[in-house]
Formats: sequence, C-alpha cells, structure tokens
Amino acid sequence: MKVTMRVDGADVAAEIDRPGESLLATLRDRLGRTGSKNACEQGECGSCTVLLDGAPVCSCLVATAQCEGRDVKTVVGAVPRPVRDAFVQCGAVQCGFCTPGLLVSVADLLGRNGDPSDLDIREALAGNLCRCTGYEKIIDAVHTAAAGLAGEPR
Amino acid sequence: MPEPATPTPPPWAAGGVGHTPAPAARPDAAHEHAAPPAADTGPRSSATGAGPRNAAAHSGPRSGADAPHRPQPPGEPAAAPRTGAELPQEPRPPIGPPSPPASAAPTLDGEAAYRTRTSAAVPANAVTARPDGTVGQSPIRPDAEAKVNGTFDYASDLAFDGMLWGHTLRSPHPRALIRSIDTGPALALPGVAAVLTAADVPGKLHYGLIEADQPVLAPGEVNYQGEPVAIVAAETLDLARRAAERIAVDYEPLEPQCDPSEAVEAGAYFRYQPVRVGDPDTAEAAVVVTREYEVGMQDQAPLGPESGVAVPTGGGLVLHVATQWLHSDLEQIAPCLGLEPERIHLEMAGIGGAFGAREDLSVQIHMAMLALRTGRPVKMMYDRAESFLGHVHRHPARMRYEHGADADGHLVYVKAHIVLDGGAYASTTEAVVGNAASLAVGPYRVEHASIDAWGARTNNPPCGAMRGFGAVQTCFAYESQMDALADALDLDPLEIRRRNAIARGDQLITGQVIDAYEPDPAAPADPDRARPFSPLADLLDRFTDLPVPPVPADRDIVELPGGTGNTTHGEGVRRGVGYGVGLKNICYSEGFDDYSTARVRLELGGPEHDGEPVAYIHTAAAEVGQGHWNLQTQIARTELGVRHVVLLPNDTKIGSAGSSSASRQSYMTGGAVKAACEAVRDLWQDRDLADGPIEATRVFRHRATKPMDPVTGQGDSHVQLALCVHRATVDVDVELGLVKVVDLTCVQDVGKILNPVALEGQIHGGTAQGLGLAVMEEIVTDGGRVKNASFTDYLIPTILDMPPMRLRIVENADPEAPYGLRGAGEPPTLSSTPAIVAAIRDATGLPLTRVPVRPEHLTVRRPS
Repeated sequence: MKVTMRVDGADVAAEIDRPGESLLATLRDRLGRTGSKNACEQGECGSCTVLLDGAPVCSCLVATAQCEGRDVKTVVGAVPRPVRDAFVQCGAVQCGFCTPGLLVSVADLLGRNGDPSDLDIREALAGNLCRCTGYEKIIDAVHTAAAGLAGEPR
Repeated sequence: MPEPATPTPPPWAAGGVGHTPAPAARPDAAHEHAAPPAADTGPRSSATGAGPRNAAAHSGPRSGADAPHRPQPPGEPAAAPRTGAELPQEPRPPIGPPSPPASAAPTLDGEAAYRTRTSAAVPANAVTARPDGTVGQSPIRPDAEAKVNGTFDYASDLAFDGMLWGHTLRSPHPRALIRSIDTGPALALPGVAAVLTAADVPGKLHYGLIEADQPVLAPGEVNYQGEPVAIVAAETLDLARRAAERIAVDYEPLEPQCDPSEAVEAGAYFRYQPVRVGDPDTAEAAVVVTREYEVGMQDQAPLGPESGVAVPTGGGLVLHVATQWLHSDLEQIAPCLGLEPERIHLEMAGIGGAFGAREDLSVQIHMAMLALRTGRPVKMMYDRAESFLGHVHRHPARMRYEHGADADGHLVYVKAHIVLDGGAYASTTEAVVGNAASLAVGPYRVEHASIDAWGARTNNPPCGAMRGFGAVQTCFAYESQMDALADALDLDPLEIRRRNAIARGDQLITGQVIDAYEPDPAAPADPDRARPFSPLADLLDRFTDLPVPPVPADRDIVELPGGTGNTTHGEGVRRGVGYGVGLKNICYSEGFDDYSTARVRLELGGPEHDGEPVAYIHTAAAEVGQGHWNLQTQIARTELGVRHVVLLPNDTKIGSAGSSSASRQSYMTGGAVKAACEAVRDLWQDRDLADGPIEATRVFRHRATKPMDPVTGQGDSHVQLALCVHRATVDVDVELGLVKVVDLTCVQDVGKILNPVALEGQIHGGTAQGLGLAVMEEIVTDGGRVKNASFTDYLIPTILDMPPMRLRIVENADPEAPYGLRGAGEPPTLSSTPAIVAAIRDATGLPLTRVPVRPEHLTVRRPS
C-alpha cells in the first residue's frame, strides 16, 4: 500500500508491503531518514521519538498505515536551533544515540513549558533512556535551551 | 604495514610476550615512510588488484563499492558535513612552530618527516573540529553537531546500493547436540540469497579475544542459549528473519551446567588465580567478619545495537563496523574467513555506546561470510532481544569473604573465595579473573591474604568485558566487608577506611608497590606529616566539607520512593547514608604488550583554514562516546600550537590503537598523539611548512607489567591505579522495599583534568551504571535461559532514577602518564554500587549481600 505523509515539512510517499510496518522502519529503511534511532523497537527507550501531528510518540509503535495524511516531525524538523545548541554546548551528547529522541522530547516539553523545573524535566524525559550521561548534563542542557528559547522571538 | 615488527600477541596474553622495557614513546622509524593517510593505496586497492583509477579518485571522497549510499529524501539537502560551521573571527596566530617547553624530550629521531609537495587528500568522512580548545579546556565535541542534527552515521544507519540484510538463527537451547540442519525451506523463499551454517565457514571455525574457542557457527553442538547456528542473507531484514525461522534444526537437548560453583568443582573453569601473602591462618584478629556475597549478571546495554555492513571488493572485503578495537577484530576475522588480513579493510562506523559490549565480535564474521558468498554488500543489525543474546555480559559472582581486624579496626588478614561465571566461552574471563584476584581487597593495607579466584565454564551466557572489568564484583564485597567491620567495632565508615588506606610505598596483596603519585600541591597539607601520602585518605578527607544533603521540607511525590506510583507520602520512608571506595587498574595488565599508534601530519591549510597550519590525526582509536576524538584535537593544539585539526577516519590503515576499554585511551592513544605531535613539532623547528607537510608516526607504550605468579599471584601486574569514592544518600520505603537514591557525591582522583565537561560526563555515566547494578540491573537466567532480554524487563536507570550528582575532582598526578592523567571512565562504576547498598543497609539495618537489591530483599524475612 502507498502512504503519503508530511515528514519534516516535505510531502513524501512510501510504498509499504507489510501492514504492520512501523513508522520508524519506513522513515529509516524506505525513506533514508535515519535521524530517528532504533534502539529497542518496544517503545521503552524513546530513541525513535517523533512528533506526530505535534504529539510525541515512539515511532516504533506507530504503524505507517496509520500515518496517511499526517504530519511527522523528526529531530530534523522538530527541534529549534537553541535546543540543539544547548545539547552541544552543555556536554549532553556522548555517544549520541539517544540524542535525536531526547531532542524531540525536549522540544515538546519546552513548547508546553518555557521554564521547566528539574522535576518537570525529569518527568518529561522519563521515557528517554540514555546510557552514557547519567542525565546530569541533559538537565543542564534543557535549562540552557529554555533560556535560549526565551531570548529569541518565537 | 604500519604494524610493529613483533607479532601481535593475543589480548591479555599472560606472560606470552616479551617485556622489554620501552621508553614512553619510542621512535618507529619503519613507519615514517608509510603512505600518506588518505592515499588510496591500502588494502582496498590491493584487494581489487587496481591502483587509483585517476587523480580524482585518488584524492576525492571515497568512491566505489565502499562509499556509503544514503537514499536522499526528496526536498532535503545533502547531509551537512561534519564540521563546526562557524569559525570565530579571531586574530590569526603567527605561522610558525611553538617553542618546545623547556622540559620537552629531545628529538627522538632525525628522519621522522614524510615530505611531499602535494597535499594529502582528505577523505569525505574525516571530521573537522572547531578551531579552539587545548588540554584542560572543554571545546565543543567535533561529533556533536552531526549527532544533534541526526546526520551522524551510526553503524545501523549505513546503507549501500544493492545491499542485502543478514540475520542470525540462534539456539533456543543452552546445551544441545545438533543432529541435522535443513536450510532448504529457507532457501526456497524468493528473495533469500544465502543460508550458511558451520559447514560454510571458509577458514578457522573458532574465534576469541584471548583464546579462539568460540564457534563462528555452531559445529554440531551448542553451549549457550543464543549461540549462532545459521545465518541468512535476504533482500529485506523482515525476509531474512522469516527465512531464519524456516531453517529446520534437529536438536538433541542435553542437561546444561548452570551452577558455576559446581563447574569449578568439576574442573570446568577458564582460569584459577590464587594470591598468597603472609600467613592468614595464624594471624591473630580481634574481630572477624565472614559473609557471602553475590553480584548479578549486568548488561552493558549500549543504546546502539550491534550492526555493520560488509562490502565485497573482489577478493577482499571492506567491513564497516562499530567496534572497540578494530585491529583485534581483524586478527579474529581474517583466519575464520581464510583471507589474508591485508585483504580485509576495517573502517569504523559510528558507535552508539560500548561499555565493553563491543570488545567481542558480534556481526563481523557473519556479515563478511554472507558478503563473500553473495558478492553483495550485507548489512546486519541486531534488535534489542538479539543484542542481549549476542554480546557478553558482566560476570556474575559468588564471593565468600573473611576479614580479620585488630581492636582498632586495622586489617589483619583477608581470605576470599571468588567464583566468576564465565559462561560458555572464554571471551576475556581470563583477564577478568586476574583483576578480581589482584584487586580483591581493594585499596587497603593488609599483610596477610589468601585469595582464590576462578572463572567458571558453564552453559550460561558468555561473560566478558564490561566497564569495571572484574574489579566491580570484588569491590562490592570488600566494601561491604569494611562496613561490616566498622559496625562490629562501632567505627565510622570513613574512619575504618582511613585507618587502612593504602599509602605511597605500601604494597598491594600482589606485592606491587604504590607509586606514581604526585600530590596536588594546592591540596591542604596532611596534618600528620610523618605519614606517607595516602591517595585514598586524601580523597576520604575531602568529604569533611561536603555535607550530606538535608531532607527537604516539602517533597514532591516524584522525589519519594515509588515516585508517581503514589505509593507513599513519606510514611515508612527511612533515610540512609553509605560510602564506597573503588580501586581500578588502568590500561592492560599482566604483561600484555599494550600500545597505541598515531600518525600526525602538519601542512599548510587552504583558504578554508585561512592558510594556517592544519594538523591531520590518524589513529584507529574508537570514539565510543567518551570524547576521545575531542581529546586528540586538544592534544594537537596544545603540542603544536595550531588551531585547526582534522581527524582522519579510524581504520586499519594505521597501526593498532588498542581497545577503547580499561579506561586506557586518554593514556594510550592520547600518549601516542602527544608523542607524534612532539616529533612533528621538533622537526618543524628546522623546516618551513611551505616546503611541504611534516608527518610523524609514533607508537606509544606504557611501562611494562608482569604476569601474576600462578601460585602466589605476586607480580607488578598493573600499570596505573585509580581511586574513586562515592557517598550515597537514599530514601527507602521499608514497607514496600522501594529505594530512591536522592544524592550521589563523588570524589575521584583523575591525575590531571584534560577536558572538564567530558570528564564529568564520564563520572556521571559511570556512576549511573553503578546505580543500575545496585538496585535494578540483572540479566535473569533460568536453566541457562535468559528471561528478560528486553528493555521492558531489563531495567536501566531513567532520568527519574538518577539523583543529582555532586563531584569533587582531585588531581594527584601520575608523573609517568601523559599530562599526569589517570584513567577515569571506570572507577566511578565500581564505587557507586557499594555506596548505594551501604546506604540502604543504613536505612534498613538489613545485611544485604546481593546486588541488585530488589524489593523482596528489603521486605521479605527469610527463615534463618
């Protein structure tokens, strides 16, 4: 079947041959958009988080067949520059495999709450596993990103 | 080839290698005239039998079969280059060599330059760093921009034209004979290109890091659940998986040996290592504590799955792999493929974390076999469940410890009986046992010790390298014992450690003398000037001005044990505080010939570099996330005084860098890059870069170590020792057995801070993995079968599980190490586990002799 959707601002069409194919598999293997990472395929690690019509989802748990006509934003299209810069500057990136999913979750959080507390951050990012950082620098980065976004016109 | 003339020994070969003392950096003149780093004259072209096709192919980006092809999404520009885009407009530094520091070693040789008037080509996948940051600073990582943009190519992101997908069929049985395998039904599926079994292995049937005992594909029997039996290549991954299910394997299940203690008694073990010093049987102690401890099987759980692509090149192969040690991979792969190593080129793909899990081979030989058979590129990528079965784990341990002390708490003797479960195949068990035995009492002075350590062979999952490598297990036991002694003598946990803290001039139980410490001159002076400097007492004393955090007045429920589960509003919650000390050996031990190779080339840059000198660095060192690429650029800027640094791809065209493990890359490849830069700098004094580039290759070795005596364990087996101390504060809901770690404060001696941000990241991350082992992480097996091979059932710490972490970083330099550094990645993983368990004991009064501590350990009273 053919599924058309909007990915990071571009209209794309994907021909899928399995009804159960995940949005993550379509993005990565059919569309070559490898920014979203596959680390568990069970919705446990958050590495594949994308915004689906603006809401954060694990793209490994969404069937591509459900995405007809919908808007998908990956790390490429969902994350404001100051959020990426904050991760780079604060040392929140080590191996970086969790980073694309985390960035999407952070973008979602900061879209809802422009000045989150540490606890707000911990709750919002509880679905994104990171094995390298112990999360300290990630919390620093979210605060830095919030300040960066506050300082720029929205 | 830029390899040392001596044959490369197997990793950690105990005593098998010549131990000629070597200067820290030794000239390697044979390497100086090697091909320029980017010239395409390596194994690839020799494998295809053709030289560079033309000048453009010679100097341009990678071309031909091994050039990654990424389908280009419509409407999206090409992937951004891996460069720091913004170059700050700073005044240009003068173009000329910096004066060598007064203490610099004299020029090592006079012919270190590779000189040519033509500029070396830079591969497309070279990494250009932003032009600032010396040793001691925290420049932006050169890989960070691509990682936040989603354009960094991890191994699992690679795609090639005409690529097939590979998949592995694994044994469902922990032990069985294979009566027959019928691949016909799988081959009958349209789109299946190959189905291979042990009968198709082109060369040697076995591989291994130390001992080649692990079958490439099971030849007639399987010895653990998940052992590879057959491999499939097909047009899609889904098809390859379905084809694997159709392979008919007739197994005859056998009774597995799953008890490591019984295995040892039956003589099934990979290594037995005793340590004997003094006479613990006659030593008189006022107080004796005897306990048995258990450590569960921990998984490294890097988020990036095992993955790679094998690309046939006509008689040879290019392997794009995410590994911790390219050259060890090559040495294991080539014999199994029946190919000369020169016909195989390994190129590092982006690594999504490692922590030891990428030290053993996973997809490498399998995808290579499929590529050779089909003549097409073959990609393999494990899913999470397969990853849990497809790499080694941290050895589970059973340890019986007896500590005797005098009435003042000074250790009199230690006896320990340590059984580590190595599982079905050798992997690195031999070296893990050496660490467990030699570090079995930790950083404490004791004259009498009797240690027996085994690495059992069972039908459990194979175990090998994980951050901490044999030192984690005994650390949990000896630190628990120190607390038990403190309890028995009513001593403060810091005080008993202080009284026994090893000092300069003391000996480990192996007889190795504690040396190589230059106390930080800025540190407060020891009031007791008569006593020799104790690197441990120094760290313990730093806690006096790091108070335990108070219990906040108004706590959000998320901050309580159970969190949003709404299990308590504070009732039944008790607070506890505990300490843990870890002692880790840095670099490879026991006589292993541990070295790293670096080539540095300095040339005048083009307009994109403002005509300034550019340093090109070529090593095979794995950037696993720790920040090693960044450190290399910092070293080059420090030693050469240049701003611009380009990192050439990590591959097997340069000599080995050794593994990104044992907290060794800053020391070893950092040392090699430093030595190569120093050589270039010295040559630059007499040359003008306008006349051509200057290049030098250096092989760096640390001081030689010795094997442990097989009977007494005596010997200077370690290079460098590193200490870390944690204090944990926990809240425990004693009714429900739920634990919330509320604070982790760490004091660690790193010798010299090379990059503050990266260092803090290592300590935070290592601490988190120690927390995981303390309260949640364990691969549960039942009769040799893994019961929880998923992130649903194998829990790793989330951001809600991690407390704020306060760090106090100490710089007691090691004068033998580059810049005085001390390896830093592993020690925090040792100490955080016992600190957290000590804190839970403090809160509950329970003995807690097993990690991970589970709710039932806190709430269920066992019949005694």
